[in-house]
Amino acid sequence: MESTDKTIIAPAYEEDVLIEELGYDDHFHDHHHGDKYQSNFVTTYIFSQDHKMIAKQFLITGMFWALIGGLMSLVFRLQLGFPEESMAWLKPVLGKWISISEAGVGTLAPEFYYALVTMHGTIIVFFVLTAGLSGTFSNLLIPLQVGARDMASPFLNMLSYWFFFLAGVIMFLSLFLSTGPFSGGWTAYPPLSALPQASSGSGAGMTLWTISLVFFVVSVLLGGVNYITTVLNLRTKGMTMWRLPLTIWAFFVTAILGLLSFPVLFSGFLLLIFDRELGTSFYLNEIFVGGQALEYAGGSPVLYQHLFWFLGHPEVYIIILPAMGIVSEVLSVHARKPIFGYKAMVYSILAIGFLSFIVWAHHMFMSGVNPFISNFFVIFTLIIAVPSAVKVFNWISTLYGGNIRFNAASLFGIGFVSMFISGGLTGIFLGNSAIDIVMHDTYFVVAHFHIVMGVAAMFGMFAGIYHWYPKMFGRFMNDTLGRIHFWGTIIGAYAIFWPMHYLGMAGVPRRYYSFDSFETFRHFGTMNQFITIAAIIVFALQVLFVINFFYSIWYGKKQKTRNPWGATTLEWTTPIRPGHGNWEGKIPTVQRWAYDYGKDGKEFIPQILPPQEGESEEVH
Amino acid sequence: MATDTVIDHNVDSNQDAWSGGTQPFKASYGKLMMWYFLLSDAFTFAGFLIAYGALRFSMPTWPVPDFVFSTFPGGITGAPLIFVTVMTFVLILSSVTMVRAVQEGHRENKNGVVLWMLLTVIGGLAFLGCQAWEWTNLIAEEHMSVTTNPFGTHTESGVYLTDSHGHAYEAGAEKETFEAGDGYLIHKHEGDWVFREFQTAGGTVGQQEFGPKQFGALFFFITGFHGFHVFSGVMFLLIILINVAGGVYVKRKNGYEMVEKIGLYWHFVDLVWVFVFLVFYLL
Repeated sequence: MESTDKTIIAPAYEEDVLIEELGYDDHFHDHHHGDKYQSNFVTTYIFSQDHKMIAKQFLITGMFWALIGGLMSLVFRLQLGFPEESMAWLKPVLGKWISISEAGVGTLAPEFYYALVTMHGTIIVFFVLTAGLSGTFSNLLIPLQVGARDMASPFLNMLSYWFFFLAGVIMFLSLFLSTGPFSGGWTAYPPLSALPQASSGSGAGMTLWTISLVFFVVSVLLGGVNYITTVLNLRTKGMTMWRLPLTIWAFFVTAILGLLSFPVLFSGFLLLIFDRELGTSFYLNEIFVGGQALEYAGGSPVLYQHLFWFLGHPEVYIIILPAMGIVSEVLSVHARKPIFGYKAMVYSILAIGFLSFIVWAHHMFMSGVNPFISNFFVIFTLIIAVPSAVKVFNWISTLYGGNIRFNAASLFGIGFVSMFISGGLTGIFLGNSAIDIVMHDTYFVVAHFHIVMGVAAMFGMFAGIYHWYPKMFGRFMNDTLGRIHFWGTIIGAYAIFWPMHYLGMAGVPRRYYSFDSFETFRHFGTMNQFITIAAIIVFALQVLFVINFFYSIWYGKKQKTRNPWGATTLEWTTPIRPGHGNWEGKIPTVQRWAYDYGKDGKEFIPQILPPQEGESEEVH
Repeated sequence: MATDTVIDHNVDSNQDAWSGGTQPFKASYGKLMMWYFLLSDAFTFAGFLIAYGALRFSMPTWPVPDFVFSTFPGGITGAPLIFVTVMTFVLILSSVTMVRAVQEGHRENKNGVVLWMLLTVIGGLAFLGCQAWEWTNLIAEEHMSVTTNPFGTHTESGVYLTDSHGHAYEAGAEKETFEAGDGYLIHKHEGDWVFREFQTAGGTVGQQEFGPKQFGALFFFITGFHGFHVFSGVMFLLIILINVAGGVYVKRKNGYEMVEKIGLYWHFVDLVWVFVFLVFYLL
């Protein structure tokens, strides 16, 4: 028996002894001599079916897109902060999108400004914060933390990544079109998205945009069915639903949201493609272009908005829930305390998941929906504040009185809570239709959603990367650089987005290329300069993070022990560099919940340790 | 590999279904994944049907199904919903044969599975054939397209002033009358649309107008999307049928679970047709 031999050779780890004693033998290594799935370079690193490798693929692709999306924001921030300065130096990169006057002054083309804003939103929302966040950590942690060899279907899991990759390639190609990428906003409202002649990006740019996102939906669905099935069917013995770490609960509910909301976006996109390519009038009504009446009649652009936001609102929870799960786990581990109110945390995840499906029209208060229908959506939107507040209260209570280790992971976890509070409070303003009439489409909205789902979700992702980096690469990231990264980013992020609230309250509209012709907004010039400078600094710090990330893969401090953070969950009972199948011999069984920290005078008790005599299971 | 992990080796009689190491819904991972895929697909169709409802009820008129779908192969007209009844019956019958295939699978009876799956494939192909005829008739004979809908509806009763070729009635000829709510089809005569003129009971003179464009677009889009599902289903059925006949599932000894999974899909596609049938043909 190959498997037992290995554990006899390396008895040094008490985890192995426990697993050998209490685990159960699924004859994994009898079936998989060596590893038939990973026999050469291509099956190991490219078309890998190992969930850990797929997680790294999602992460690195996500980081690539985050850099592209971030750089785009710098270009349009330069335009907003320094509209008078010459951008001629960008000509070598942006080419014809920078026009140079006879005096040698370079100007950003307005239509390209819109394309940058649109691509920034699309890339960050879908490629970074959906695929990069949920794709990375659901893949990495679900099998490891529930005690499974891999996902339910490793093959579909691999396809999920490659559909995402394909979506990315198509979107990337659209950046190089002579007419530019799509420029009608990431929400792609008709008629800008439905009429190929509506703007320069509405032609080929929009065609590639829709094809890319259709592939992306396929990727999300393939991932989603896998995550849900794995959590339900592949939990190891003893891993009841109430013993799941909160990360798993969050990924589970996220996958359900994706499974139910992305298909509706898919419907909406298919109808949009028909309008664009076959001349149907699903979203288009009577339209005149250049004095000529077009053939369309009777369609409804608001129908598109309903279909879009039926995805779009759950989508923001698809982004934030994984971050919430990660932060719950990271804060508990590094505060050396059980998570406060475990069951309340689970119920609030479920409540947020459910409510996210019945609030979508709060994005459409100003789209001409009936004010009486708005009432319904206002009430349920505001009710979401309740489970959100429960979560915030529980994170703070988890930290309270904790023996907190202030490393990069826990700092980003705490930063997440800060950002979630700041952004959540402005959400209560905007969820109210009466206030939204004044605030809609201003920088107040930009500040709100960037803080609550942009920066907060990014912080959750950073916390997860710093925390599980040893699991992924067997080394640590440099913590000093990590802490510099944290303090610079949190101060910088507030410096960027805090002033935007004031801009918004003064009525400065979002998506404007230039404010030159508005006397009212002229005195905000210095504020815009300040925001732009802060954005450049924050971006530089992210470059520092990327350098730290890649440097540490090869030169980081080596992980010497299996469980460097002293965590209770199953992923730290595997070998330091787990192979395909995760555990070498038997699969561990679970004896207790995931948050036994500081119990009975012990710093932590791993989930695989059976209850001692006289010990009662934690009531939570 | 996942199938390896779910095999229960430890005997622990006090475990409930949710305590881990078991399948809480007593369904394998493959069956669960099919269920979740169908759930998401149901949401896709729901998106289309809601779009249908939203557009249809924002229109002043909508073509009358009894009038639009009243042709039958062989030049028979005036047979409302007869052809679609045949189609629907064929599709539902193919669900019955699918159930029998799954049943024979549970009995590990290879020849029975082959026979009933073959009948299901024939049912699916027959349905697709019917749909092809229906589309051909609508497109080639009645000139409906995704952008033009020649099926209009009278909102008032009245009398036609011109005949079906667009010429004024001869003196003394009996004029055709119509009631409010009657449907009409604008014909093409020598390549040109013939919009017949009429006079309503209120005395207004008007002429036929195209019906809402969305009718044709939604009809072709939604029945096409459903037909694509049937087509893919037939393809999957064929692949699995070949595997069954080749004895691939005999070794697995799991009651032909693959047949059961494609069966789930097939019943789902039938169920969706019930809704499509409801909104396009009955309402």
